[in-house]
Amino acid sequence: MVDFGGWELPQQYTSIRDEHLAVRKVAGLFDISHMGRLVVEGAGAERYLQHLMTNDLAPLPPGHAIYTLMCEQDGGVIDDLVIYRETEQRFIVVVNAANREKDTAWMRKHLSEDVTMEDRTLDLSLIAFQGPKAHELLPKGSSKTDDIPYFGFRAGKVAGLLGLISRTGYTGEDGFELFIDSEHVVQVWDAILAEGKNAGVLPAGLGARDATRLEAALRLYGNDMDETVNPYEAGLGWTVKLGKGDFIGRDVLAAVKQQGPKRTLIGFKTQPGDIPRHGAAVSSEGRRVGAVTSGTHSFFLGHPIALAMVEVPSFRVGETIAVEVRGREASAEVVKLPFYRGSARSAVAPAKS
Amino acid sequence: MADRRYTKTHEWISVDGKTVTVGITDFAQAQLGDVVFLELPAVGRKLAARESFGVIESVKAASDLYSPVPGRITEVNEKLSAKPELVNSDPYGEGWILKLELAGDLPSDLLDEAAYKRSAEAAAH
Repeated sequence: MVDFGGWELPQQYTSIRDEHLAVRKVAGLFDISHMGRLVVEGAGAERYLQHLMTNDLAPLPPGHAIYTLMCEQDGGVIDDLVIYRETEQRFIVVVNAANREKDTAWMRKHLSEDVTMEDRTLDLSLIAFQGPKAHELLPKGSSKTDDIPYFGFRAGKVAGLLGLISRTGYTGEDGFELFIDSEHVVQVWDAILAEGKNAGVLPAGLGARDATRLEAALRLYGNDMDETVNPYEAGLGWTVKLGKGDFIGRDVLAAVKQQGPKRTLIGFKTQPGDIPRHGAAVSSEGRRVGAVTSGTHSFFLGHPIALAMVEVPSFRVGETIAVEVRGREASAEVVKLPFYRGSARSAVAPAKS
Repeated sequence: MADRRYTKTHEWISVDGKTVTVGITDFAQAQLGDVVFLELPAVGRKLAARESFGVIESVKAASDLYSPVPGRITEVNEKLSAKPELVNSDPYGEGWILKLELAGDLPSDLLDEAAYKRSAEAAAH
């Protein structure tokens, strides 16, 4: 068990390797109830969220979700989150566990009379069933999911119990995130594992979650970005819709976009055994150019992979750079992102703006 | 195995005449998680007791490996370069790390199984 934003989470249930491979080849089941769930509701809910978020929620129809950033006035990223539009005036906002208190404080500060916000984190659980076979391995008594598009969601049943079935995830694979009342979530969890067991479904912990999200080049808040990083530096400029009207951080972000970011996130791979760790120096021709933001060994690809924040001008795919591993310089090759494109129906989040 | 001895830093040894086999304990491999790589020394190198001789990389972290006894390395487990996961699956058997020819006496601070278990349990809390 490890502490993750104040929640006790298993690094692995059995083995990171087995869980990681299950997610890539069959399906794995993650407990992601540590993530914050806030319900924002009211006549002014859309206008309120448009003011706080970088992405454009206006065209988002009910039953669809969107990935967005929330920035400070200076363009630094407060959090990355997913917003689900349930109805015209009701949204579920899913935030990172470690940022829940910071986010709710920030969001409360900007509330207006026609908007309410309720923290539903404890009574509404969230589990993620992810993998190329997840859709065919939902247990008996589950609603049909064929008509749910990528980043779409519906009210429906899982193992006979009512919840929200969302075709979203953090692994690059097809699959679902399931919002279930906390009093029933254990039944759903057990049913998915029991019925999927023979097919190779495994419960998957934080280790597998980190490895699969990194292969898909999905950013991790606190590692790949924080308040000192702007969306363009994190390669998430595609979530910033400067044309949607005013929002917090817009002026600074418009200037960053015009001038071009000073740093950028790149992906690279190293030889087996040379695992780049968060914070390790990245250099080129003897000069330090940045630092590793995330790194791990990919059991699926068979070598370590990493993201690093480096100075602009950056590197081309195929170029060799050096990364500090165990106090020495290891050779690394810049590669295209994502490291792996899984079964998620539409393209995973574009790696570059 | 009755003749296995342990260190507080979670290595084990077994002694056969002058030959000492070194590995890491089941507790250590469980704490490390999936091992992906070991950086191991060359045969012939002389080690002092408690000298660092290599690094074990798991998904979570890199950790130093220490020799519990003084001696000269006579063999390194070559299988671990292709299958580092043997350290996880069989830490006291196929996952052994290296063999030394003991130089001098066994250190007096080695633990028996019961004492090691107490030490590891204390470390886990």
